[in-house]
Amino acid sequence: MGIVSPGFFGRRRRDDPALPPGQYLTEGFPVLSAGPTPRIAPDEWEFTITTETDQVHRWSWDEFLALKQDDVTQDIHCVTSWSKLGTSWRGVSLDTLFESVESDCEFTMAHSYGGYTTNVPLDDLLGGKAWIAHEFDGETLEPAHGGPARLLVPHLYFWKSAKWVRGLEMLRQDEPGFWESNGYHMYGDPWREERYW
Amino acid sequence: MRTGWNVAEVIGVTQETRTARTLRLRLPGLTGHRPGQHVDVRLTAEDGYTAVRSYSVASALPGDELELTVEELDDGEVSPYLVHQVAVGDQLEVRGPVGGWFVWDPADPSPVQLIAGGSGVVPLMAMIRAHAAASPGSTAPFRLLYSVRSPDSGYYSAELDELARSPLLSVTYVYTREAPAGSGITPHRLDAATLLAAVLPVDDHPAFFICGATAFVETVADWLVRAGYPADRIKTERYGGTGSRP
Repeated sequence: MGIVSPGFFGRRRRDDPALPPGQYLTEGFPVLSAGPTPRIAPDEWEFTITTETDQVHRWSWDEFLALKQDDVTQDIHCVTSWSKLGTSWRGVSLDTLFESVESDCEFTMAHSYGGYTTNVPLDDLLGGKAWIAHEFDGETLEPAHGGPARLLVPHLYFWKSAKWVRGLEMLRQDEPGFWESNGYHMYGDPWREERYW
Repeated sequence: MRTGWNVAEVIGVTQETRTARTLRLRLPGLTGHRPGQHVDVRLTAEDGYTAVRSYSVASALPGDELELTVEELDDGEVSPYLVHQVAVGDQLEVRGPVGGWFVWDPADPSPVQLIAGGSGVVPLMAMIRAHAAASPGSTAPFRLLYSVRSPDSGYYSAELDELARSPLLSVTYVYTREAPAGSGITPHRLDAATLLAAVLPVDDHPAFFICGATAFVETVADWLVRAGYPADRIKTERYGGTGSRP
């Protein structure tokens, strides 16, 4: 046990088994971004998956919306210690997007409008674990929260759920993205508290 | 980067405003910190319950000491304890300092425009202090645009007045609720015209650091991008919460 601060009681909402170590519950939806919010119109938006052989799989906004849509409810955990339980999203499963993609790579780099990047192993994107989400709580996803569409990988810290996502690049070897180059963990499992290097 | 939990001793407390307090901590083994970084503070109750929050570092000190300025939040879990109960001699668990993005590099000669909303001034003050202490001297011009509710809610007022006597720092206040008595200024929220009149011009290619409540940062960054400032020169740190617009 750490250093006890006499007179500190706290909120006592740590008995929720859905809360990873070191996290607290928030009812709001804080915004954390490293720079200004890009504002991308859906008609200029596209999503690509680029393989190691430079094959580019491309979806326009309309093509993306025509794919099978999933409605999912997920807990999300930000590295800054807030967690939000039972958030509702609508989007396209990465399983759907990868159906026609051939790649031997185990790693990916997500790329966003505005230049943000983050690395995620392919295994963490497949098997019903990740989506490209475009609705939150039944509403169009706001730019501040990553709209038109963001990556949603809820089982990792939320910086991996790249806002304003525009594509995935297949990598033969794992490489650090933006926050990973700035001191944050390469993988980022909230249950193992993989916050920083 | 120090990423494990370490024990810090509280070696000084200063009331900054009615609702904010500056804590000076000694972290054995620390050898300075970068201006703009933050630390995580963990409090433990007698039954083992813990709560962690992040606080920006306000100081620019070379050794094993650093300062945090903590604003008491109405619904805060950790901040009321740090503002009212922690005393000199107490120990706190601290992780960090952390952060390599929202930091000012003293070797960067770019002009710097800092924009603060309320308690968002804290990491920007670390940059101002590092700039003033830089040796050999940094010649990068610094400007701070500081939005406060009232004259007595601004942090570090006397020190900022003193530092602003340097030709390398200018400070512009925007008063949102109450202006200094007899100043003739009408309190108003920051608007695009006031912002663009106060900040360094596009042609100076300034590096921007903006910190404050989410809505404040979001709005200010949008105004700057629309006015032609390149997005990749604008670094932001949004304090959580659903703070008011500018």
